[in-house]
Amino acid sequence: MELLSQPPVNGSSPALHPCYSEQAHRHFARLHLAVAPACNIQCHYCNRKYDCSNESRPGVVSEVLNPEQATMKALAVGAAIPHLAVVGVAGPGDPLANPERLFATFRELAVKAPDLTLCVSTNGLALPEQVDELVKYRIGHVTITINCVDPDIGAKIYPWIFWNHRRIRGRKAAEILIAQQQKGLEMLVERGVLVKVNSVLIPGINDEHLHEVHRVVKAKGAFLHNLMPLIARPEHGTYFGLTGQAEPTEEQLRVMQEAWVGGEGETQMMNHCQQCRADAVGMLGQDRGAEFTMDKVATMQVDWQAALEKRTTVRQTIERRMALQSQFLDKVAKKPIPLPVRRPRTIAPQTLRMAVGSADGRTIDAHFGHLREFLIYDVSSDGVHLVERRRTDRYCSGPTTCGDAAPALSDTIRALDDCAVLLCSRIGFEPWRPLEEAGIQPNSEHANETIDAALAAVYREWRDSGRLDVEDTALSRSSA
Amino acid sequence: MALHIVASCTSCWACLPLCPHEAISVARPHFQIDSARCTECAGDYADPQCASICPIEGAIVDSTGQALNPPGSLTGLSPVNHPNSPFQSLT
Ligand code: SF4
Ligand code: SF4
Repeated sequence: MELLSQPPVNGSSPALHPCYSEQAHRHFARLHLAVAPACNIQCHYCNRKYDCSNESRPGVVSEVLNPEQATMKALAVGAAIPHLAVVGVAGPGDPLANPERLFATFRELAVKAPDLTLCVSTNGLALPEQVDELVKYRIGHVTITINCVDPDIGAKIYPWIFWNHRRIRGRKAAEILIAQQQKGLEMLVERGVLVKVNSVLIPGINDEHLHEVHRVVKAKGAFLHNLMPLIARPEHGTYFGLTGQAEPTEEQLRVMQEAWVGGEGETQMMNHCQQCRADAVGMLGQDRGAEFTMDKVATMQVDWQAALEKRTTVRQTIERRMALQSQFLDKVAKKPIPLPVRRPRTIAPQTLRMAVGSADGRTIDAHFGHLREFLIYDVSSDGVHLVERRRTDRYCSGPTTCGDAAPALSDTIRALDDCAVLLCSRIGFEPWRPLEEAGIQPNSEHANETIDAALAAVYREWRDSGRLDVEDTALSRSSA
Repeated sequence: MALHIVASCTSCWACLPLCPHEAISVARPHFQIDSARCTECAGDYADPQCASICPIEGAIVDSTGQALNPPGSLTGLSPVNHPNSPFQSLT
């Protein structure tokens, strides 16, 4: 994700948005409400029939809520998770194709939880006509998925749109969609609303073209531009999945992101964006949706006024802590946000790259078997750098690894290939050997210590034993 | 003259708010069209609204059972690689 411009002064602060700020997303929680079932376009990477609770692709949810249920759920989550800061509507269809449902939900929340930031994620087709209504509900952030600005390319991504009471197909459909997206983007920027643009990288279709998209949305004042890898598996039954369309490789994604970062102007990359489920609950990367299914929510007694007060107190505490942290980070490193892109040439000699299993983002608190995501750190005499947050189960690769089951060990090993050490609170006997054989040293000695303390201890151990001289880990591995 | 919703409907809600005669209702196992109210949109719109937004091929049929959106017409998937195709097992 790239930070393209300074936020407008009157918009809500992206620093508090867990999808926008690396720092905030460790402290604040977000909730996505699935109140928007209908969609007004078809994308070749989406299968509208899919509704499997084991699915973790974006835009796929298992329980569609009506506005009353959605409000109830948001208030219940807001009472149970006092660091909830953001409520978004992203699907399973398009929020703006369901305006009555969307705005009925927002109306209630504006009264009962005015502290929560509301946001929507849309394909943009109905955006221009809804902008003013959105602004009424203090919408802080809008995400538009823009995959192209050229209708010939659009025709290969969107088979049809529903527009002015007709189904429109082909190039004409793409032309209308693109015009609406661009108009919506301009209108939002004009009104001081933060706009994030998501682009799905589809190799051979829009990969080269995304540079042009980047240039256009940046010029128009989008706040962030986020690259999403295409997900195209035959078992998902999508057009791209069934016609053998290639998914992008890590390398293709990295090259693209680096090209954008290298551009002119003050730009920063963030890499913590998760393609989260449209009904995700909790911190990014930690889906607590199962605790808040509608039948459970219906039994919860919620005092929304007390919850509002509690959240306000919690938020003040977190904001103070974040302010202290950024002061500290400013002193320690010049850059407040760690660069996530792997760039071997900037790594200091004798750097030890470590993978850390942490659910709270602060301590080594996670059991290896439950981990789908690791924090990757580089530790050297220069200090500790968070390289990125890396998923090991990027998408389920079949029924056995789909859903809540842990990702296959081989996938994890492949994903952590450049790390020399793996820190977690516990790890079973079985994965230990294969990890060790792959050159990834598992280590659970630092369970429940803070990440920083554990990293420093392991680094010292390696340095003092002379192993750093033998294995210049991050360098030799990641530049291969 | 009326359209019908059949079993492949995923209850996605897209059609319901568009009907000029409020002929569509939420029902189980899938949404329903009240044939007494449905006019196939004649006189209101050039195309039947429900069938113009429905994303599921075959979910809406006319009184003779013909799908308004036949296989391949919405997804662009040819019968061979269509998920429900009998050819699927051959490939
Ligand atoms: S064809 Fe028209 S009148 Fe009949 S159900 Fe569909 S939208 Fe309603
Ligand atoms: S649009 Fe089609 S799939 Fe959706 S509810 Fe109506 S008939 Fe069912």
